[in-house]
Amino acid sequence: MKLFPIRGGIHPDYRKELASEKAIVALPMPAALYIPLQQHVGAPAEVLVREGDLVKKGQMIARSGGAVSSPQHAATSGQIKSVTDIPAPHPSGLAQTTIIIEPDGKDEWIELPEPIADPFTVDPHAIHERVAQSGIVGMGGAAFPSAVKLNLGTQKKLEILLLNGAECEPYLTCDDRVMREYPEEIIDGARIMAHALGTARVVIAIEQNKPQAIEIMTRAASAFAEVEVIGVSVQYPMGSERHLVQAITGLETPARKLTADLGVVVHNVSTARAVHHAVRFGRPLVARVVTVSGGAIREPRNVWTPIGARIADLVEFCGGFSARPESVVNGGPMMGQPLATLDAPVVKGTSGILALTAEEINDRPTSACIRCGSCITICPCGLSPVEMAAFIRKDNLDVAAKLGVMDCFSCGSCSWVCPSHIPLVHYFNYAKGALNDLELERRKNERVKTLAEARTIRIEKATEAKRAALAARKPASDAAPPAAGAEAKAAIEEKATS
Amino acid sequence: MSVASIKKSGPFAHGYSTVQKTMFLVLLALAPATAFNLYLFGWPAILLFTVTIGACVAIEAGCLALAGKPVKATLADCSAILTGWLLAMSLPPWAPWWVGILAAIFAIALAKHAFGGLGQNVFNPAMVGRTVMLISFPVSMTIWVAPHPLFSAGAPGLLEAFAITFGGNMPDTMSAASALGYIKTELSRGIPVTQSMGQVPDLMDMALGFRAGSLGETSALLILAGGLFLMAKRIISWHIPVSMMGSLFLIAALFHAIDPARFTSGIFHLLSGATFLGAFFIATDYVTSPVSKPGQIIFGIGVGLLTWSIRNFAGYPEGVAFAVLLMNSLTPIIDQYTRPRAFGRSRKGEPLPLEKKP
Repeated sequence: MKLFPIRGGIHPDYRKELASEKAIVALPMPAALYIPLQQHVGAPAEVLVREGDLVKKGQMIARSGGAVSSPQHAATSGQIKSVTDIPAPHPSGLAQTTIIIEPDGKDEWIELPEPIADPFTVDPHAIHERVAQSGIVGMGGAAFPSAVKLNLGTQKKLEILLLNGAECEPYLTCDDRVMREYPEEIIDGARIMAHALGTARVVIAIEQNKPQAIEIMTRAASAFAEVEVIGVSVQYPMGSERHLVQAITGLETPARKLTADLGVVVHNVSTARAVHHAVRFGRPLVARVVTVSGGAIREPRNVWTPIGARIADLVEFCGGFSARPESVVNGGPMMGQPLATLDAPVVKGTSGILALTAEEINDRPTSACIRCGSCITICPCGLSPVEMAAFIRKDNLDVAAKLGVMDCFSCGSCSWVCPSHIPLVHYFNYAKGALNDLELERRKNERVKTLAEARTIRIEKATEAKRAALAARKPASDAAPPAAGAEAKAAIEEKATS
Repeated sequence: MSVASIKKSGPFAHGYSTVQKTMFLVLLALAPATAFNLYLFGWPAILLFTVTIGACVAIEAGCLALAGKPVKATLADCSAILTGWLLAMSLPPWAPWWVGILAAIFAIALAKHAFGGLGQNVFNPAMVGRTVMLISFPVSMTIWVAPHPLFSAGAPGLLEAFAITFGGNMPDTMSAASALGYIKTELSRGIPVTQSMGQVPDLMDMALGFRAGSLGETSALLILAGGLFLMAKRIISWHIPVSMMGSLFLIAALFHAIDPARFTSGIFHLLSGATFLGAFFIATDYVTSPVSKPGQIIFGIGVGLLTWSIRNFAGYPEGVAFAVLLMNSLTPIIDQYTRPRAFGRSRKGEPLPLEKKP
């Protein structure tokens, strides 16, 4: 199949060999699981359990909190220790409501929903429903509720389900391992998703630095004519949804549109496996594969981790730190978030935990920009990082917005390539946050203004009505000169319309 | 368990290029052409080269100290050495010591630090140094010498070189005209190009560098080798060199075809003066050239056309330095009009229309 080029991009040190040959191993059940209510994009889930309740593995312990939300399930059987605020896996380290489960060691499943007998003939809604009930969210890191994305087929005519196995982030090997070890499950899940979406084709895109995964997946897909496995070029950020769609179809998703508008929906390979589990066995999403790697980890591994295990438990399972980590990162080194604490739990979107040494991070003091233009050459979004950063430094956010800072998805390529070590992405993240705040403020002000204007008009109308009633009661002869009354009325009307 | 404090957002990986490394590679690329020319022009050139670079580094240190910036750490970026090196390469090889020092003051103190230091200057510092000197001291800046290779008969020894560089004892018999200057003078006397061309070095000597000219500009071949090395190392791209030399060659060849008695050939323009040095090492200066590739092509074409115009119609025989400075002043505007198109948007920034489905 013909592939299409994508703009820019970089070739970082992938260092996937640290973990790529380590088969998936299960984490022994930790002493407690911490299941946050917000593990996804959208509204947080609503708690269904109380302190002291006994729960079984797979039992729903928090229900979906809205149209874009996702329920949470107990990842093992045990007792609810408390529902309390603990630090979230987020750079701020701020607390969020979390359900704490004390495992009973039996790891006993609840009575699961019946498998969907023939998922290729049922109404797509049955699949949406099952995926939504199973708490499945995008497992590539974005954690967008998958059922919402699977529903796109009801609104738009779709052609291709694109399964994202690019895994373009350095270090991460969780998708690689899942593809190598569970190819049939992924392909079955993908075919079910394709049915739910109404797409005729399934394309599985894998970066060519994973030859075993390509081979194994191709073999597993050979039984199905509609499923195609494609090796895409190794170029960060190939795994970006829009760029992957461009590489496969040649189509560029217009700004403010979705890839679905082009007829393509992108899901992660591990998400497909989760759908397979939900549909074929009724199992909700209660565990995932997490790559624990980095130069400061004694024994890098790919770990089958119950949702809610603390990151500290994972690190300990992998032999602890062999050196002092300069940073511990949640996700890949390019787009991952720094972790403030190891007490935070693994959530559904946690693809990797990396403990990186200063040498690997290769950070240096920032020096002056020499206008080499590398950041412009490599920006996969066609932006001018050097120029945007210059305006953001002066807090000239309007110009930065005009230059397209909101189109930046923080892939990190510009920061990576900058010879002056200017933290460009940091500037853009700051600007995006500040611009979002300004936009919220503007909307709020607009709303207040509309309300205030409506009130003024209402009061004036009432006053006028009163005056008219008063005038009507008085005899015409001793009323004020009619001209004056008309003038006042005109003035009020003018005020109301201005 | 809390981990290291969080200072900034990702990425938590970084490429291996640094400003220092970039500058060092450029110096390395310049080394063969420089070594050859230092050999060709002998001890006086070596002395001037040393004085100019030394002055640039000293002035840079002084400016940094005055501005309250870290002196040692900033000097380590090698940018002052590079400016001094390029500046020295653009001076007449046997020019007296004060030429190098004054030029260094103009280049580093005025053109670079008065604008805010590395990365902030609008004009190429080395070219500012050279042109200000050329305009202020037209005689000292246009005394050329024919090649006198080190240790060859008639070449000045170290002591004589000291007398030339520091004592101002330039032997009159040594001076020679540059090819561009000679042809311009002859034209002004009414002697057509077709006749005066017979007196300049043949094209092979010009390509190899056996000709009179600035301290580091004469060997087109070695400069080309350095330029290709920089391209291979991805420090520079082909856009500026090719567009500059291409436009210079095309316009020169066109006019040569129309009137060979008045205009020299395209090849002659490429091989004479500072064309190669300018195309690969001066016009490609990151700070003062456009950042986008289309912008670089516009910039290169501008430099090429201006160089040819100045060489043919202005008072000076050589125009690369002027052309580069003129185009430097346009760089911010070129940058503004050659921004890349953002993903999913038209050039005007509007979202693209929806295309047909696959």
